[in-house]
Amino acid sequence: MKHESVEINAGLLIVLTLTVISIGGLVEIVPLFHIKDTVEEVKGVRPYTPLEQRGRDLYIREGCYACHSQMIRPFRDEFLRYGHYSLAAESKYDHPFQWGSKRTGPDVARLGNKYSDQWHTEHLVKPQALVPESIMPAYPWLLKNDLKYDDIENRMRALKATGVPYSLTADEYQANVTNFGQAMADKLHIPNAKATLEAEAKGRNWDGDKDRITEMDAMVAYLQMLGTLVDFKKYDQGYFASFR
Amino acid sequence: MTMSTTAGTAAGAHAGSAVGKAAAVEQYNYDIVKKFAIMALVWGVLGMFAGVWIASELAWPFLNFDVAEITFGRLRPVHTTLVIFGFGGSALFATSYYIVQRTCQARLWGGRWAAEFTFWGWQVGVGAGVILYMLGFTQGREYAEFVWPLDIAIAVVWVTYFLVYTMTLLKRTQPHIYVANWFFMSFILATALLHIFNNLAVPVSFTSLESYSLFSGVQDAMTQWWYGHNAVGFFLTAAFLGMMYYFVPKQAGRPIYSYRLSIVHFWALSFLYMWVGTHHLHWTAIPDWTSTLAATFSILLLLPSWGGMINGIMTLSGAWDKLRTDPIILFMITALSFYGMSTFEGPLMSLKSVNALSHYTDWTVGHVHSGALGWVAMITFGSFYHLIPRLWGVAKGMYSTKMIYVHFWLATIGIVLYISSLWVAGIGQGLMLRAFDEYGNLGYTFIETVTFMHLPYVVRAIGGMFFLAGIILMVYNVYMTIAGAKRRVEVDVAARSAAVAR
Repeated sequence: MKHESVEINAGLLIVLTLTVISIGGLVEIVPLFHIKDTVEEVKGVRPYTPLEQRGRDLYIREGCYACHSQMIRPFRDEFLRYGHYSLAAESKYDHPFQWGSKRTGPDVARLGNKYSDQWHTEHLVKPQALVPESIMPAYPWLLKNDLKYDDIENRMRALKATGVPYSLTADEYQANVTNFGQAMADKLHIPNAKATLEAEAKGRNWDGDKDRITEMDAMVAYLQMLGTLVDFKKYDQGYFASFR
Repeated sequence: MTMSTTAGTAAGAHAGSAVGKAAAVEQYNYDIVKKFAIMALVWGVLGMFAGVWIASELAWPFLNFDVAEITFGRLRPVHTTLVIFGFGGSALFATSYYIVQRTCQARLWGGRWAAEFTFWGWQVGVGAGVILYMLGFTQGREYAEFVWPLDIAIAVVWVTYFLVYTMTLLKRTQPHIYVANWFFMSFILATALLHIFNNLAVPVSFTSLESYSLFSGVQDAMTQWWYGHNAVGFFLTAAFLGMMYYFVPKQAGRPIYSYRLSIVHFWALSFLYMWVGTHHLHWTAIPDWTSTLAATFSILLLLPSWGGMINGIMTLSGAWDKLRTDPIILFMITALSFYGMSTFEGPLMSLKSVNALSHYTDWTVGHVHSGALGWVAMITFGSFYHLIPRLWGVAKGMYSTKMIYVHFWLATIGIVLYISSLWVAGIGQGLMLRAFDEYGNLGYTFIETVTFMHLPYVVRAIGGMFFLAGIILMVYNVYMTIAGAKRRVEVDVAARSAAVAR
């Protein structure tokens, strides 16, 4: 076939171009849904609780990913600075993923339990009060705004539709009891969502004010669980390397 | 050869006389081209202002003013959306509608309203999108932050664009489809594919602007960077090559250097680009095989990229003296040089060992801007300086040639300040973060790297200010050109009616 036939036939040009641009994506994306080793099998990873998920929504709303990654690479300096490299499994309930592409601030993939709740609240209200050289913006409104959670059930239903195992039926609930334990299964049960969220927010003194449920409660709850789900002491290094 | 004939004939049809102009206005839909061209400049100024503002926030954080709507995290997608989709997108609509009509010698398909719909759809989409980011509504996916209702609206606009473009190609009166149109077609198809698959999501409810992406974790990351890098590959490269393939030969008054090269590099570029997105995910939890494939194809991609650059630059062979006399050529050749430079830097950064240092740092940001400012914006400026006087029928060209020179130097100095300061910031931070002391402990804390980056951030913001000043000057020059054209028409009409009255 002479190339001229493409130059005089718009239909042919469109079909050939579509073919050529489809191949790369098909080869690289489709297998990721089918190759089992893509996501490690590891104990501890679970869906976000209602309060944590609302915190995650706020993390996205504020565009935190523009400056903070959630993906630790397997290098010595990153191990010393942040901890064990991130596993694929650790973001398997992340819709969307928030690995980020830029570290204007440090990685936060294993931020959980490194600082106190009070530290996080004060830091978010005025970062320079705790780290004078910081160039992070302040987020005082997180403490002022009441958390909106009247649509929490809808949010969990939407996430369920994407494949996150929140439960609606007795069977789904039982499966969660088996996989995550009864206490967690209760929190992942959609009909309980509002009560669960309120109990979570008031069950710990996230932002220093137990009476109100603020956006800060949700944000701190999310930040405090980041990277804490997998107990790496239970696995030797060779195990995770076999998936890479 | 065929292509240059096509372009040549198109040039012939566009004679400078008033009669030719009146005929051309009826033959082609220039109204839509004018609208998109003006909006490209409007979004360009706003988007680059937003860029300078957020760059300044990094240098002087008090500029966040504790106001939610203008914090860095919310304004950053405002900047990227305004410059990529507002400025770049409108410039592409303008030039592609112009080029497809000129090279097919056919009026735009779909009557007045199909093209008009793409115009209003696009402008409203971009405007509503960025206002919603500031109010906190975003999908949280880089360069795909639009909320789901806007994603659907944009998809409809894009399909209309595809229809208008294809149907115009089909009703062409020229036998050949000129090479610029291949690139635009490739861009339209790829953008549709990427936009639809990357934005698959489940809305919280039909009355909510929020949604959750259909995929998660690894698969979501893969899809997003397949989208993200090909937004660069097709939106910011292939389409602007289409622009280049028309305006460089026109402005230089010479045919494209090599016809064969344009065929080879078109197909190679379209094929290879789609493989390379994963180089944004080196050393992450993505499987190594995808990462390695992406690095391999990134290196291969150097060849078709440079094919395009060589084809553009060599078009000037035999007419190099124009660099001394024509600032528009200066813009175009500099744009191609930056294209060549950033498509060399890209494959370099896609090597895993280099990426280990460069990823997560400002080196990446600098690299993107050497492409976005150096290539995308510069080729647009050059093309617009060629296009604007022709659209408004000003035979002598732009209002001020001197201002084009000043714009050129403001832009060039701005880019050089921008990318060199971010090389310092990026490579510097990368080296500091991996430094160890004699006992094997970390050499620096993270905050020490932040302090280190202050000075480069100041220089970067100043570079951005230079670039912004350049486009503002351009807007003034364009305004005076159009105002002059309108005055001439009024004088003309007045003279004619006076003659009739007599």
